[in-house]
Amino acid sequence: MRADLEIISEWIRIGSRVLDLGCGDGTLLAYLRDQRAVSGYGLEINEVKIIKCIQAGVNVIHMDLEAGLSDFEDRSFDYVIMTQTLQAVQHTEKLLDEMLRVGREGIVTFPNFGYWRCRFQLAVGGYMPVVKILPHEWYNTPNIHLFTIRDFETLCRRKGIAILQRMVVDYAHRSSLGLRLFPNLLGELALYRLGRA
Amino acid sequence: MLPTVPADSVGLVTPQTLCFEEPLALDCGRTLAGYELIYETYGTLNATRSNAVLICHALSSDHHAAGYHAADERKPGWWDTAIGPGKPIDTRHFFVVCCNNLGGCKGSTGPNTINPETSRLYGPDFPIVTVKDWVKSQARLADRLGIQTWAAVIGGSLGGMQAMQWAIDFPERIRHAVVIAAAPRLSAQNIAFNEVARQAILSDPEFYEGRYYEHGVIPRRGLMLARMLGHITYLSDEGMRAKFGRELREGKLNFSFGSEFQVESYLRYQGNAFVEWFDANTYLLMTKTLDYFDPAADFDQDLAAAFRRAQARFLVVAFTSDWRFSPARSREIVKALVDAGRDVSYIEIEAEHGHDAFLMPIPRYLEVFSAYLQRVAWEVHTGAG
Repeated sequence: MRADLEIISEWIRIGSRVLDLGCGDGTLLAYLRDQRAVSGYGLEINEVKIIKCIQAGVNVIHMDLEAGLSDFEDRSFDYVIMTQTLQAVQHTEKLLDEMLRVGREGIVTFPNFGYWRCRFQLAVGGYMPVVKILPHEWYNTPNIHLFTIRDFETLCRRKGIAILQRMVVDYAHRSSLGLRLFPNLLGELALYRLGRA
Repeated sequence: MLPTVPADSVGLVTPQTLCFEEPLALDCGRTLAGYELIYETYGTLNATRSNAVLICHALSSDHHAAGYHAADERKPGWWDTAIGPGKPIDTRHFFVVCCNNLGGCKGSTGPNTINPETSRLYGPDFPIVTVKDWVKSQARLADRLGIQTWAAVIGGSLGGMQAMQWAIDFPERIRHAVVIAAAPRLSAQNIAFNEVARQAILSDPEFYEGRYYEHGVIPRRGLMLARMLGHITYLSDEGMRAKFGRELREGKLNFSFGSEFQVESYLRYQGNAFVEWFDANTYLLMTKTLDYFDPAADFDQDLAAAFRRAQARFLVVAFTSDWRFSPARSREIVKALVDAGRDVSYIEIEAEHGHDAFLMPIPRYLEVFSAYLQRVAWEVHTGAG
């Protein structure tokens, strides 16, 4: 089991209703169904992944997130989850708004561009960083909105989004004293539970 | 196995008929004193009777969904792409049932069968039946076959509407509903096309107010026009362009009203052939059944409220180039199911075949269909779900 999914799972109340944006092959939803008895749906655009969800018995809806979530009613889910997707969408801010419209709470994970190796590669090497959690080259990356933990928290403050819980981990999804002291420098993956302030 | 029958076919099949003596109260207020349903089955019902799947047919199809009636039959049943050993509706796992619906013209009680009250053919006296009536009659068929619960009810187009109605009307009797290329109800444009088709038939001088059987004729021109019109709505602009383009049969314009373009010749051929195997009164009835379908109507126009009764899990499939029941219509169904908190998966299949795509062997479509039903078969096998 991917450790980040385990962390998310611990944040989620048993029996809740979940919408997973960009659900991939349905791993998270299947895990939450089995561990936390959640019900819900994944939204996915890739047909091969949709078939994997169906094989796993996970509800999946073929949809382009960029088109917004207008098919979903306000506060119709306990949680709207987006794992490592926010940095790959065009309308980042709009999608955040939509998440917290449709869900009572939002759960977001993203690769931290403030990670020291990224900073080092750009500052000293002078090239776009390629690290384990951001493994693509600048010319083939799906990640079009790279941001740091500080950037994200600034945006949350500006938009009146409450950070209910935060966890910053390394690539192996472990935490440490160093990570707790310098999350934006040492953290590779950030996980947030968000609400409306 | 006969040499002409492919290995992934259900092979030779023989339709059966069941007679129902118990009167059936219809939506229109009238009652059918008794009726017959003709049906086919493929595969074997398991000991716990938990592996039965109902196939619901669309406007112009019938109970012959798969396999061959005779070894020299030119074409197999209408959904042979999806039903058979190793196919999405895998007959090694499922017991598949498909009946000709009431009002049909292929052996179930309908306008071209005898009305016991008058000893004449029903003709125009056959009541207009609804999807709800069909579902009720199919439930009685299930009773007689000893099937308490369908592992799945599956259909495309008007067939998908029956699957939805099943989930709403008999929530305990259906575990999965597979709704393909359907709509939650017809749009004004859909009804408009149906109305033109009906007017073509009704205004044919050989229609004789539906009593054409007694005059030894059929409203050939009207039915042909209706079918030609229908066909246009089943295909897509891009599909027609790819298939016919502006190709001329004789390579030049003849400045005549003969059939010059390939597309004209195709439509005429389809229309002419249809007249030979379909009944005009049934066509009228089936288009009305489509027009009347509206499960939300019983729930204050709230489709989600209708689906709140359902317990089945849903698979909804739409095709990109289908403009008769476009993906947007399927998304209405999905939205209502999500609002109702029902389990649903939805996929939009890239296809240029228009509405007809649901009958086509489109690899991605069959892959999704198989994946879903393998899960259903697994549930049947393990008793899960």
